[in-house]
Amino acid sequence: METIVGKQSIQFQEAPHIVSAASVVGKKESEGPLGKLFDQIEEDPMVGQASWEEAESALQKKAALLAMEKAGSGVPPVRYLFSGDLLGQLIATSFGVMDLKLPLFGLYGACSTIGEALMLGAMTVQGGYSEAVLALTSSHFGSAEKQFRYPLEYGGQRPLSATWTVTGSGAFVLARSGGKARITGATPGRVIDYGLKDSMNMGACMAPAACDTICTHLEDFGRRPSDYDHIVTGDLGSVGQTILLELAGKRGYDLTGKHLDCGMLIFDPEAQDTHAGGSGCACSAVTLAAYLLPKLEKGEWKRILFVPTGALLSTVSYNEGQSVPGIAHAVVIEHC
Amino acid sequence: MKEFMEHEQGKNRREQPGEGQAGRPGVQPGSGPVIPPDVQLNEPDKQQYGEYVKQVTPTHSLGLQMLKAFVTGGVICCIGQGILNYAGSIGLEKDAAGAWCSVALVLASVILTGLNIFPQIAKWGGAGALVPITGFANSVAAPAIEYQKEGQVFGIGCKIFTIAGPVILYGIFTSWILGLIYWILGLAGVF
Repeated sequence: METIVGKQSIQFQEAPHIVSAASVVGKKESEGPLGKLFDQIEEDPMVGQASWEEAESALQKKAALLAMEKAGSGVPPVRYLFSGDLLGQLIATSFGVMDLKLPLFGLYGACSTIGEALMLGAMTVQGGYSEAVLALTSSHFGSAEKQFRYPLEYGGQRPLSATWTVTGSGAFVLARSGGKARITGATPGRVIDYGLKDSMNMGACMAPAACDTICTHLEDFGRRPSDYDHIVTGDLGSVGQTILLELAGKRGYDLTGKHLDCGMLIFDPEAQDTHAGGSGCACSAVTLAAYLLPKLEKGEWKRILFVPTGALLSTVSYNEGQSVPGIAHAVVIEHC
Repeated sequence: MKEFMEHEQGKNRREQPGEGQAGRPGVQPGSGPVIPPDVQLNEPDKQQYGEYVKQVTPTHSLGLQMLKAFVTGGVICCIGQGILNYAGSIGLEKDAAGAWCSVALVLASVILTGLNIFPQIAKWGGAGALVPITGFANSVAAPAIEYQKEGQVFGIGCKIFTIAGPVILYGIFTSWILGLIYWILGLAGVF
């Protein structure tokens, strides 16, 4: 079996297993449709810390420790961390994982980070460079709003295309054996820019990237959408979903009925006033840990394509008039 | 729109043998950098995508938003008028009464910001809450609360006017320009 597949994909010959997963979320997420499925709920938005940034770090630490605890003693100790977040210079990650005293690969893929962490972790395990690794990410509504938009107390109106940053952290232990799900392939995404400049419509900014990665993945592996129980994007939201279905349809892939979006699964837009859906690194990570992965582990689903999506902007690039390009990383997760 | 979608369809075509260098997409023999054709759209396609996105993106109802802004702004102005009338009735000069009115509205807005009530009013009332002096007070109080954690100097000191700064700068600048025009017109004998 080839390891290098098609234009930009990877097929794992000895597919690494997802041995354990942990999800820690905030209060609003716990009130959403997936509320009961998360491992830990943090009622206090500050998580007992002094700032939003420290709170996010605390969430990462909690999720990491919980995932390693759930992996149990039968799994070799985690040797490397693959983690990232949305904050400048990855401060939520660096301060969050410091106490774990493990070597760290810091990643930035905006909200697609967990996809990048999972595929790099899987490559490390498959390559024999570590027996077990931890893929980790986090986001926090307070720290993200502060960095990308306005202080929380500032009054304003959000457009209907806006998404709501998920407060939480998701962690996954990958190893050569154990667990009921494994990563059999991956398609790292390219930076795709369709020229949109609206940072309040990130679904539309990211949908072309999701389409590119999904279509390239299907072409590389010679598969059809029907080969998957679901194709699950990270945080396109309702606007991004409409666009993705249209774009993929024009490229010959009908994703209707196959496509799910973590951002649309995690919140109830009417009751929770979240508009287009959830977003943030944690959005796809905690949805995978709490909802998607258990379905695969039980065998209810056999194979999904997990495609976290990221909008690649900073306040500097935005103010300097640059567009908002997107990126999407696809990971094939199968029941075993 | 239609043309844009045709462009999308075009992407799915199979590469022809001998197309580009070594059969790789986007490589023109002897031409500049290697850019796959579909990573970035060209300008007309960008515009078409922008228009398509506009079509599929839902927006708030403008009429309803305007009505809410009218009601919210109206209520705030009525409260202001009430303060003004009261200040006048207890014997304050018109200028002093106006100052008391502004101070009272700013204080109320700052307190409501601190209690996290103002953002909810602004969410409902939009510009009706933001255009009066209450919105200005909120835009100063909110960064003060948020950046307090970064210290008195580099936090509050440097960042308190991150939102209101442009209003202050260009407000003063505009009044300076108008003053200049007023002065010139005065010299010309218009006033």
